[in-house]
Amino acid sequence: MSEKKKYLFGNIETAAGPVMLTTSGLCAADHWGGFLARFDIGRMDYTVAPGIYGLNQPDANSPVFVSANYKMSFDALRSRLKKISAWILVLDTHGINVWCAAGKGTFGTGEMIARVKSVRLDEIVTHRKLIVPQLGAPGVAAHQVRQAGGFQVIYGPVRAKNIPAFIENEFKTTEKMRRIYFTVFDRAVLIPVEVIGHMKYVFWALLYFMLLSSVHRYAFSLNAALAGGIIAAVFLFAGLAAGTILTPLLLPFIPGRAFAGKGALMGVLVYGVLKMTVPAMAAWVIWDDLAWSLMVVSLASFSAMNFTGTSTYTSLSGVLKEMKIAVPIQIAVFVIGVVIWTVGQFT
Amino acid sequence: MLGNHYLKNVVTLKYDREKCIGCKMCVQVCPHAVFRMEGSKAVLVEKDDCMECGACARNCPSQAITVRAGVGCASGVIKGFLTNSEPTCDCVQDGKKSSSCC
Repeated sequence: MSEKKKYLFGNIETAAGPVMLTTSGLCAADHWGGFLARFDIGRMDYTVAPGIYGLNQPDANSPVFVSANYKMSFDALRSRLKKISAWILVLDTHGINVWCAAGKGTFGTGEMIARVKSVRLDEIVTHRKLIVPQLGAPGVAAHQVRQAGGFQVIYGPVRAKNIPAFIENEFKTTEKMRRIYFTVFDRAVLIPVEVIGHMKYVFWALLYFMLLSSVHRYAFSLNAALAGGIIAAVFLFAGLAAGTILTPLLLPFIPGRAFAGKGALMGVLVYGVLKMTVPAMAAWVIWDDLAWSLMVVSLASFSAMNFTGTSTYTSLSGVLKEMKIAVPIQIAVFVIGVVIWTVGQFT
Repeated sequence: MLGNHYLKNVVTLKYDREKCIGCKMCVQVCPHAVFRMEGSKAVLVEKDDCMECGACARNCPSQAITVRAGVGCASGVIKGFLTNSEPTCDCVQDGKKSSSCC
C-alpha cells in the first residue's frame, strides 16, 4: 500500500504477534474524507483494512470493540473511545456501515467468528467478551458466536458517542442508549447523498424539456430551448427539494405516516409558494399550472418515498404497502403532467 | 418532540410467549423498544414501531420470535422489482459496490 495511512502509527507486540496501533484523535484528513463521503465523493471506497487494531496501548484485559470496515464507522468508534485503552476488531463488510452490513449479513455471525479466529483474538486478550454495536444485531446471533468461539457478545449503545457512558455503566446499555433516534441533525446530514442520487435523472429530464422547448411553434430556437430549460430546471429542482430536503427536515411535523403522502404535501406547499412569489407565473394559463404542479407534486412524493431507505424507523412491510398504492399514482400524475406540457408546446 | 411513527398494522413480527426463556436479548437489541420484560418473560408492547430489522429474531436462542426481516427502503424495493428478486438495498453485487443506498 503506497498511500500513507495517517491514522495508523506503529505496532504493539501481543501474544499473537504485532498489532497495528491507531489513535482516538481524528486528523484533518479524517474529517475531510468523512465530509466528502457525505457528498457521495469516494463514499464507496472509504475503507479500512479488516483486522485488529490497538488503541492507547491496550493489554490483555482491555475491552474489544467490533466495527465495520467503512472508515466513517471506524472513525466514529475510535474518536469516541478517547483515552480508553481498547482493541478494535474490524470486520470485512465490503466498506459498508454496521447497520446496512448487518441487514445484508456481511456484518454477521460467520464473519465475526472467522475474524476472531484469524486475528487470534483468544491469544491477544484473556477475557472472552466482544462489544458489538447494537445496530449490528440484525446480522449477529450472539448465542451462535458464543457456541463457536467462546466469545460472549455484549451489545453496546446505538450511538458511538454513548460509549464512555456505557463503559461507566459497567458495560451495560440503558434504555436510552438502545433507542434509535432520528433527530433533525441526523436527517440533515443524509440530505446531500439523497439529492445527488437524483441528479442524473434530472439531467435527462432537462434534456427532454430543452429539446421540446426548442421546437416551439415549429421553428428551432436556441433562446426558447434555454428559456424552457431554465423553467424546467426550476420546477424539477423545486419538486426534488420538496421531497429530499423539506420532507426529511420537517419529517415528524408533516401530517400523515406514509412518506409518499408527506412528500406530496411538501410538493403542494412548494408549488403554492412559487405560484405566489414568482411574478412571471401570474400570467400562466391553467394548463401551465396544471402541468408543472402535477410534475412537482409527483416528483416530491416519489423522492420523499425514497427517504424511507435512509430513515431509521420504516419497515419493509410498510414500504411495500405504501408503494403499492403510491407508485402507480406518482407515475400516472407525472406522465399526465408531462403530456399536458408537451401538448402545450405544439398548440 | 413528536415521534416518528410509520404505518399501522403492517409489520410481520410474531412472538410466541410460551417459548420465551427470559434471556432479555430482544429487549437489548431492539432499537425501538418493541419488547419489554414483565417478570421472567418478554412482552410485545409496541408492535407498530417495529421496523423489521430482524435483530430480535436473530438473537432469540429459543426461536420465540419470527419476522420477515428486510430493508424498509423504497429504492431497494424498486430494485428488487426490476430484477425480479427480493427487495434489497444491495450494496455489493459481484463483489463490487453499487453506488446506491447505504
